Amino acid sequence: MASIGTSIAASGPPKAVVRSKGYWSGVGARLRRDPVALVFGTFLFAIIGAAIFAPYLGLQDPYAGSMVSRLKPVGTPGHLLGTDELGRDMLARLIYGGRLTLLLGLLPVLFAFMIGTVLGVLAGFVGGLVNAVIMRTVDVFFAFPSVLLAIAISAALGAGIINSIVSLTLVFIPPITRVAESVTASVRNLEYVDAARISGASAFTVVRVHVLGNVVSPIFVYATSLTSVSMILAAGLSFLGLGVKPPEAEWGLMLNTLRSAIYINPLIAALPGVMIFITSLCLNLLSDSLRTAMNIKD
Amino acid sequence: MADTVVDPRPDRGGPAQPLVIAKSLKRHFTISKGLFGMKASAVRAVDDVSFTVEKGETLGIVGESGCGKSTTARILVGLTPIDSGDLIFDGEQLGGDLTLKDLWAGVQMVFQDSYASLNPRLTIEDTIAFGPRMRGTSTDDARALAHELLTRVGLAPERFAGRYPHELSGGQRQRVNIARSLAIRPRLVILDEAVSALDKSVEAQVLNLLTDLKAEFGLTYVFISHDLNVVRYISDRIMVMYLGEVVEIGPVEKIWQRRAHPYTAALFAAMPSMDPDDRTEVPPLAGDPPNPIDPPSGCRFHTRCAFAEPMCGTARPTAMPVAGDADHMAACHMLDPASGHSRAAARIAELAA
Repeated sequence: MASIGTSIAASGPPKAVVRSKGYWSGVGARLRRDPVALVFGTFLFAIIGAAIFAPYLGLQDPYAGSMVSRLKPVGTPGHLLGTDELGRDMLARLIYGGRLTLLLGLLPVLFAFMIGTVLGVLAGFVGGLVNAVIMRTVDVFFAFPSVLLAIAISAALGAGIINSIVSLTLVFIPPITRVAESVTASVRNLEYVDAARISGASAFTVVRVHVLGNVVSPIFVYATSLTSVSMILAAGLSFLGLGVKPPEAEWGLMLNTLRSAIYINPLIAALPGVMIFITSLCLNLLSDSLRTAMNIKD
Repeated sequence: MADTVVDPRPDRGGPAQPLVIAKSLKRHFTISKGLFGMKASAVRAVDDVSFTVEKGETLGIVGESGCGKSTTARILVGLTPIDSGDLIFDGEQLGGDLTLKDLWAGVQMVFQDSYASLNPRLTIEDTIAFGPRMRGTSTDDARALAHELLTRVGLAPERFAGRYPHELSGGQRQRVNIARSLAIRPRLVILDEAVSALDKSVEAQVLNLLTDLKAEFGLTYVFISHDLNVVRYISDRIMVMYLGEVVEIGPVEKIWQRRAHPYTAALFAAMPSMDPDDRTEVPPLAGDPPNPIDPPSGCRFHTRCAFAEPMCGTARPTAMPVAGDADHMAACHMLDPASGHSRAAARIAELAA
């Protein structure tokens, strides 16, 4: 009987191994070759970058109004995108508004992604009673339309940015859990998970190495498609007075306060909505590209 | 074997102790219906199956789809729990002295679907090194071991170790699966339709590789296949299963000469012949196997058997030695002179001749 391993010491350092590109660098390369991802990624990058670096862009004070120059049209000298109903510079407010709106779009989805993945993978991998408890609880949330749910939770918690984030997180946990559960349940029955189990690894290691890596991309893609929904819901909450409060700049809130100006200067009143539309479109198209790029089986 | 990386589980019972003794294994899958998951019925996937696997042999398991071959295989590696019966691995009983973790140190499995059995997100070397690493081998040693095994199964580690499964062909992936199963130095390898999905030339290469590895590492195989020619080539003994039961078991050449059970005879008759004069036009067996949820009473084969008599539907046959040979057993009333089957005496005389 020969023995594996006896010759390791004698054979010296292993010969150079040709390595295939890692998974994420492959995804990156495929994204860079995708024109849609490139164009809309750049757009989104510009919007996010402008929001983050807003104080350094030499913009006017987004809170300083002037009663003399109210609702100036787009293209007014000194106010490139005009002014709002209190005479504040629209360009500055739109860029500053992106900070809160993007935060309200991304943070709830990020939290829901983390919590929902844990719940869904747990339900899908363990199955049985654990699955029944988690998934039936999730089903309760599905009984309510997501807008209604967000409004109800926000109203119960009271207005405010933190409460908006909490309520939106709660809204997004059920759908993410459901996606995570179904992907996990299908991976769990694959033979490589069986092979990992009989190799003697603990259940936690099997999940970490063999399940999580294969379920996280579909869940992630799904979650990215929710960010635009989250942004719109957050804008809706602010519009109803349940999210951000005046005089804070936030796209949803701006839509609300500008709605009386719709007969005087419709273009100005529509600008925050245009921003929401462009950002959601970028996020949705990018998540589509991501889905394609993450598909390993070409 | 001074500095073996992973210690194989030592031999305990000596060569006379069978490596595996399976006694009356039963596995019924319950089908639940309704809101509260009430038990509605049970699929009797494996029903009262007993056999042994001797050290160093290859036991072939054959039978139609749904006969319980794969469930038996999964029971042997501990992936499917048994409802009742005993599984004894080298003298130690599973659930008693032997934990699942111990069993997995001695038994590994090669699965049919070579793609689904490799994690698409791990490189080949990480897949092979995973088992040894879980057993405490350092990452570097486990990788070195993976490279050695890759060489051994005919894949140059410089070219293949860093690749992902989707970059390999089916035959190459199955070689990786074999290397992975050997990485923790098992004593028993279950090959569940391991070559069935490969094309014929690749299949032959992999079979030869399996034969070489068996001799080199002192392995014991349980080889599951629906291809009788392949089973004959690689096996020492054959076990024929039908609807969750063993109908015949014995050394391969003895079964080839004397197909004692009518089902075995039908199975062999269904093999395509290379000789055009030997062409068969009438199917040896009509219809599909009965539903294992509610299997036929008595002898399970009586609904499709050409020699069935009323008594076959009531009494369950016991395994009888064929032509007085205790190595070759079959469960058929025609082999039991006391069964009352009208053809018993003639059949026994025919087989003894």
